[in-house]
Amino acid sequence: MLELFLSLWSNWGDYTIRTVALGAAVLGVTSGVLGCYAVLRRQALLGDAMSHAALPGIVLAYLLFGTRDLGILLLGAAGAGWLAALLLLSITRHTHLKEDTVLGMLLSVFFGFGMVLLAFAQKQPTAAQAGLSRFLFGQAATVVERDVLTMAGIGALALVLVALFWKEFKLLSFDPDYAATLGLPVRLLDVGLTALIVVAVVVGLQMVGVVLMSAMLVAPAVAARQWTDRLGPMMLLAGIFGAGAGIVGAVLSASARGLSTGPMIVLSVSSIVLFSLLFAPRRGLVWRWFQTQRNARRLRFAMQHGDVPLSVPTAPPSDPLPDPRIAEQKGVSG
Amino acid sequence: MTSQQEVQLIAAVIAAACALPGVFLVLRRMAMMSDAISHTVLFGIVVGFLLTRDLGSPLLFLGAVLTGVLTVSLVELLNQTRLVKQDAAIGLVFPVLFSIAVILISRFAGNVHLDTDAVLLGELAYAPFDRVVWQGIDLGPRALLVGSGVLLLNLGFIGLLYKELKLATFDPALAATFGFLPVLLHYSLMTIVSVTAVAAFDAVGSILVIALMIAPPATAYLLTERLSTMLWLSVLLGVASALVGYWLAWALDVSIAGSMATMTGVLFAGAFLFAPERGIVATARRRTRQRWAFAQQMLAVHLHNHAGSSDEAEECSPAALHGHLRWSPDFAAQVLQRAERNGIVRREAERLWLTEQGCRLAQTAGAG
Repeated sequence: MLELFLSLWSNWGDYTIRTVALGAAVLGVTSGVLGCYAVLRRQALLGDAMSHAALPGIVLAYLLFGTRDLGILLLGAAGAGWLAALLLLSITRHTHLKEDTVLGMLLSVFFGFGMVLLAFAQKQPTAAQAGLSRFLFGQAATVVERDVLTMAGIGALALVLVALFWKEFKLLSFDPDYAATLGLPVRLLDVGLTALIVVAVVVGLQMVGVVLMSAMLVAPAVAARQWTDRLGPMMLLAGIFGAGAGIVGAVLSASARGLSTGPMIVLSVSSIVLFSLLFAPRRGLVWRWFQTQRNARRLRFAMQHGDVPLSVPTAPPSDPLPDPRIAEQKGVSG
Repeated sequence: MTSQQEVQLIAAVIAAACALPGVFLVLRRMAMMSDAISHTVLFGIVVGFLLTRDLGSPLLFLGAVLTGVLTVSLVELLNQTRLVKQDAAIGLVFPVLFSIAVILISRFAGNVHLDTDAVLLGELAYAPFDRVVWQGIDLGPRALLVGSGVLLLNLGFIGLLYKELKLATFDPALAATFGFLPVLLHYSLMTIVSVTAVAAFDAVGSILVIALMIAPPATAYLLTERLSTMLWLSVLLGVASALVGYWLAWALDVSIAGSMATMTGVLFAGAFLFAPERGIVATARRRTRQRWAFAQQMLAVHLHNHAGSSDEAEECSPAALHGHLRWSPDFAAQVLQRAERNGIVRREAERLWLTEQGCRLAQTAGAG
């Protein structure tokens, strides 16, 4: 840890590393906060589908405008991702196909179509298209200050919208039926929230690429979920985890050759998840194991002394729902 | 055989091999597991390569298949802690394995032909150049042999365990009480999916594997409700998209894999819009028909209720429909026209009479 901090400190003067780390932090905050909704609404894989679906949009934007300006390419990405999200909502509503099937199909078909368009782009004589494939795996090193500003602008807009529609999105995530009975435009909110998730995905494309983007959306939220039962703190934590993992991953990747930035960020954030799953108070596996041991000890002690209590006093786990179907109906545990 | 024909044959065989297990993935709501497996396969290949230092070693194949099963087990493990939902578990597991694989490649295997672009996209066009030669006899392209083997394996698996798979898919609880070991079936199916993904992956890349596994069965599911029909229809649709996709790619000079994936999407869009019973168009037409039928029924009930009452003359006139049934004048006129044509209503000047058929309609509507 200390070593890491030192390397962070000594490398901070380096312009490239600082830019990349800042970009990763921006990405971490945005995707961490918005990922909370995705995870709570059981749409964790939406991000994966959206990021793959963004590819044809990027290439199309390039073909139409002939520019590699990040803002325009991301606009195309957002357009395609949003189209895929709308198709997802409409196909699941009009057919009996399950969401995962439609996700998988849209993901691969959009991506395939993107490959077709990419082939067209590569035939263009300008040869500026070399930059397009950076979105596949992400090339953090190509991120410049202007890109970070673009990402920060988009991300800030998304966060403002989250704050503005805080109560609506919260209700939509936990109890959409109740939201509908209150007269909230649930379908519109659904489309809006999905659009925000698309925004989070788009922000990260250049940083970590289409394949790893889903982890940036899911991991901080899952980690944060283990530490709290409240949405506000969960989002705050997810933002911090995301930003922290972004910075650590970026700095680590600069420390040695061959440590690609995207994968390093994903591994950092996944370590946070692993730690949280094991050691988070009350929900964590280690915590639960100690709890079981203590209960067993108490029970043994009580039985030896003859007074078997009818109910063993334990701290209730936050998720006392052994039946997954019940948990599903409540839809609150993540 | 020319190499063009060989490419088509490979594409068709792999499309068929993918569609078969894909049907069960779609029905068992595990479509996204194919996404996870097709990405993590890379990890197995890289580890296998680092151990053997030989890209042609069968250990790579084995390693990739094992990674697929490992992915499924890790997802289940996370899911069983009840701290993470299944979809989130998938979204956590495969990026980790994929990240490790990418780092291993760039750190230890950067100079070999294991570049990550080929992993995502595959290169079908080069498949015929990688041939299996045994004792001087050319047995054909490796991708074709592997693909055919996997196709046979999948056919055999589904043929042998058809009834078990069917029951475990549609009624897992009953399957468990019969002693069908759903967990074992689940893992066998996942092994089959991994084997198929690895075989297909070499030729067409990891994304097209998902398209070929999910899209044709999803399309078939819109067209039929019978498992056996769905199976052969998926194979047919998969092969069709592979061949049409190949020719489109050839004509437009674009990526074969991408064009095949696009075709699976086009076929799905076709079924989504025009499926005979469940398509958007068929549903819209049915709704319109039902709307007119219902309106005529309402008209009949209205006339029947007021027949013989004191306000009969006033209520049973075309003008009353607008106010009484809250129909717009246009709509009322159209309903009346249809009702007359169908022999439900007779019209005498400004007075409407129910025919005998109309009476029966009103009575059945009241009873129903």
